[in-house]
Amino acid sequence: MSATTSGHQAGRLDTVSRAEATPEREQPWAALGLKSDEYDRIREILGRRPTGAELAMYSVMWSEHCSYKSSKVHLKVFGDHLTDAMKTSLMVGIGENAGVVDIGHDWAVTFKVESHNHPSFVEPYQGAATGVGGIIRDIMAMGARPIAVMDSLRFGAIDHPDTARVVPGVVSGVGGYGNCIGLPNIGGEVVFDPSYQGNPLVNALCVGAMKHADVHLANARGVGNLVVLFGARTGGDGIGGVSVLASETFEDSGPSKRPAVQVGDPFQEKVLIECCLDLFSADLVEGIQDLGGAGLSCATSELASAGDGGMLVHLDRVPLRDPSLSPEEILMSESQERMMAVVTPANIDAFLAVTAKWDVEAAVLGEVTDGDHLVVQWHGETVVDVPPRTVAHDGPVYERPYARPASQDALQADVPTAERLARPGTDEELRALLLRMVASPNLCSRAWVTDQYDRYVMGGTALATPDDAGVVRVDEETGLGVALSLDGNGRYAKLDPRTGAQLALVEAYRNVSAAGATPLAVTDCLNFGSPEDPGVMWQFAEAVRGLAVGCEALGVPVTGGNVSLYNQTGDQGLDSAVLPTPVIGVLGVLDDVRRRTPSGWKVAGQNLYLLGTTREEFGGSEWAWAEHGHLGGMPPAVDFAAEALLGDVLVQCSRDGLVDAAHDLSDGGLAQALVESVLRYGVGARVWLDELLERDGVDLFTALFSESTARAVVAVPREEEVRFTDMCTARGLAHLRIGVSDAEPGQEPVLDVQGRFSVRLAELSAAHTGTLPKHFG
Amino acid sequence: MRIGVVTFPGSLDDGDARRAVRLAGAEPVALWHADADLHGVDAVVLPGGFSYGDYLRCGAIASFAPVMTEVVAAAGRGVPVLGICNGFQVLCESHLLPGALVRNEAQKFICTDQRLLVENADTAWTSALTAGTEITVPLKNGEGGFVADTETLDRLEGEGRVVFRYVGPNPNGSLRGIAGITNERGNVVGLMPHPEHAVEEGFGPTTDGLALFTSVLTAGLAAVGA
Repeated sequence: MSATTSGHQAGRLDTVSRAEATPEREQPWAALGLKSDEYDRIREILGRRPTGAELAMYSVMWSEHCSYKSSKVHLKVFGDHLTDAMKTSLMVGIGENAGVVDIGHDWAVTFKVESHNHPSFVEPYQGAATGVGGIIRDIMAMGARPIAVMDSLRFGAIDHPDTARVVPGVVSGVGGYGNCIGLPNIGGEVVFDPSYQGNPLVNALCVGAMKHADVHLANARGVGNLVVLFGARTGGDGIGGVSVLASETFEDSGPSKRPAVQVGDPFQEKVLIECCLDLFSADLVEGIQDLGGAGLSCATSELASAGDGGMLVHLDRVPLRDPSLSPEEILMSESQERMMAVVTPANIDAFLAVTAKWDVEAAVLGEVTDGDHLVVQWHGETVVDVPPRTVAHDGPVYERPYARPASQDALQADVPTAERLARPGTDEELRALLLRMVASPNLCSRAWVTDQYDRYVMGGTALATPDDAGVVRVDEETGLGVALSLDGNGRYAKLDPRTGAQLALVEAYRNVSAAGATPLAVTDCLNFGSPEDPGVMWQFAEAVRGLAVGCEALGVPVTGGNVSLYNQTGDQGLDSAVLPTPVIGVLGVLDDVRRRTPSGWKVAGQNLYLLGTTREEFGGSEWAWAEHGHLGGMPPAVDFAAEALLGDVLVQCSRDGLVDAAHDLSDGGLAQALVESVLRYGVGARVWLDELLERDGVDLFTALFSESTARAVVAVPREEEVRFTDMCTARGLAHLRIGVSDAEPGQEPVLDVQGRFSVRLAELSAAHTGTLPKHFG
Repeated sequence: MRIGVVTFPGSLDDGDARRAVRLAGAEPVALWHADADLHGVDAVVLPGGFSYGDYLRCGAIASFAPVMTEVVAAAGRGVPVLGICNGFQVLCESHLLPGALVRNEAQKFICTDQRLLVENADTAWTSALTAGTEITVPLKNGEGGFVADTETLDRLEGEGRVVFRYVGPNPNGSLRGIAGITNERGNVVGLMPHPEHAVEEGFGPTTDGLALFTSVLTAGLAAVGA
């Protein structure tokens, strides 16, 4: 920060008039992450050089993280594929803090996933904690009560020494913040892959609920209305985090960036939530915005840009933790647990009474003016005078070159055939493989992680990990609620980014359907390497197009999300980038969450049916990776019609009570689904797969471990069997009885593949649950 | 019957406790930490959470809240008081119960479905349970290890004041596996596990927790009658 504060330290405030008087003064635009043409454009917009404070604002708001300057041209494709039918339940779409979806009965939900990748590598605990805190404030800013969180985590190789530093820090950060703020953590992902070694991915999702009338937007309207900053005091933490951390690639050399990570205080945020909800219910807020990346620079410029006038802000009224902060630092600070509201003068006393009740500090910083500029003053002197739209919404847009990498053909041609990768031959080898697979880093039990998260708080959790989707109640009277699943597969996306993005979408869609919920909407967190690499940009462009097409095919709109670029270490182009990782969240609705379908069977004697068709699909599979360290070929094929049909049937099964359990098939295939289902409640299964092998023309290895899509296993009570099979037949859904849930009294439960091999549940459980504690304590 | 549930800043399970009270058939009354008035309630629940952020010792700041002066006085009159998790920590910090809660032995927050042995079914909050039976309710805490000196532990055991004990592996390093205790009179009970998260079919592992809230319906009326 020494560069931007030099003027201040010299005791000479860089005011607008000073900027006009000293046009030739050198400015540290490059150190702040701006390119020379961007700096020139700022001078052009203002007709003079920017002040230090203006330069700070533009630099953070024009950073990749805030401006989406590399991704914007591609993200437009979501709009191109948004049909009228998809808009029917959409109350607020992309562009606001989070999208809002109508779930009926006058209720609306808002949800969004966001990345906090770079801070989590630098400082795992605080990076992850503030990632959770930030997304919660986005949800609050829509007028909603946050009701649950989820997290999608990706780390380097499980046995790498640095992974042992990052994993416990991130997990306790997610837990520490979420547990203390009182939101149930209902699911997510944990994935290990060497590509994330220097760039873990921490994607946090929050969902909130509100009545239709309570939806709030971030704008500053009404001349004379007051602009109020409330919550935590502003400190020196996180300064420049957005521009420095989110827009630069990590390298071994260079200055330490440690101080750029924010520090979170979940207690302060819990109080802030309750305070905001009191303010909303008393109707004391005209517009509201959270303070996240880019802090006050973002909040003031976005509120003013979306409003109908200008804004005057007295920066010296900002309550500070550190009184030595300069105006530039105050504008850039990313101190957590702060909100900004627009309040009418008539309501201000009532507003301040509510904040006082919750011991939340509040300061009236300024007001909405009848001009069209955002003016920021420091002790009466103007240090910022800008058109807010140029800061918040009209940032630079890049048409980055993109090109299919030359290596892509060879990658896709390296198909994991039986000749290329050795497969198990005997039943005994299959049994041993099963035990190795369920203990492998990406298929083993996540309990070590999720048992550190409170999944019960608020009393509305109907399903949580290890079930396919998290399900929470929204309305206590009717039982109306939502299901959420967060999925991604970087290996699939590496092989074919377009299909990979669609595979993440259909998996999340399938998980939500398996829980019995009707999928309604999508949020996405797009984690990629450097946009300056044409190969990475191609991955991004392909993934976005694939996702947009998939959303249209399934009729579920993207309501918001986040793009995270520069996830790479070093400058070896594509090879130093993380696997392209679109993480997709699908939200579904259940009229009564008590009808949700769990992923395991609780009683013996229920018939197990496999829905869908199995093909030999091992490209990008967990088997190829875990057993052979192989990544090549094409990922499994996507069939949207088959997914939609399967989803429909699963939802109908829940509504009509036709199944007692449903588990989607994805990573690790049928074997993994069966293992998870028997371990869920400790009730075993006897399965026979000969008919499946014959019908689908596959061998037992393929039947067990192939990752073909649009499949699920369900447990059908005997009295519902006729209705169930009749429905599948009528709907044209491939269904095959493959076994029965089984618990012999007095005998140890087993998973038995009849005539081939058998494994005791105790042995499965030991293998499945042992891996993460072994590595992380 | 009216049962007060105190909300401190940072309380998290206050809404769940009020729901449990309602499902048990009583009227929940929200009590505010800064309000030195119990508004005539017949019993009090101190819920789970992180009161005042628990930035000092857990429950330490909450024990000085204005409402706690009234809670301590009411407990002295025999009014039933239940402290769950952070509420248990507040009861210990307020000296309504002996001992203290320290960081889990494994140094990690733990959330799990926990089996408990009911050892005392004669308290105001456990009369609807049967001694010697097991219940399963969620356990979720970072600082749930119950500790006290040997003399205190012996006295608690000797006087039958251990109300709940963990079954299976000790989840947090509590001495002698103690999950919940009561005072001499049996009207104040504190426990780390969360009965209020096990009161409704479909939400939580069981509905075993409801019995604590129905227990107090008779006990509370007796106390008021007395």
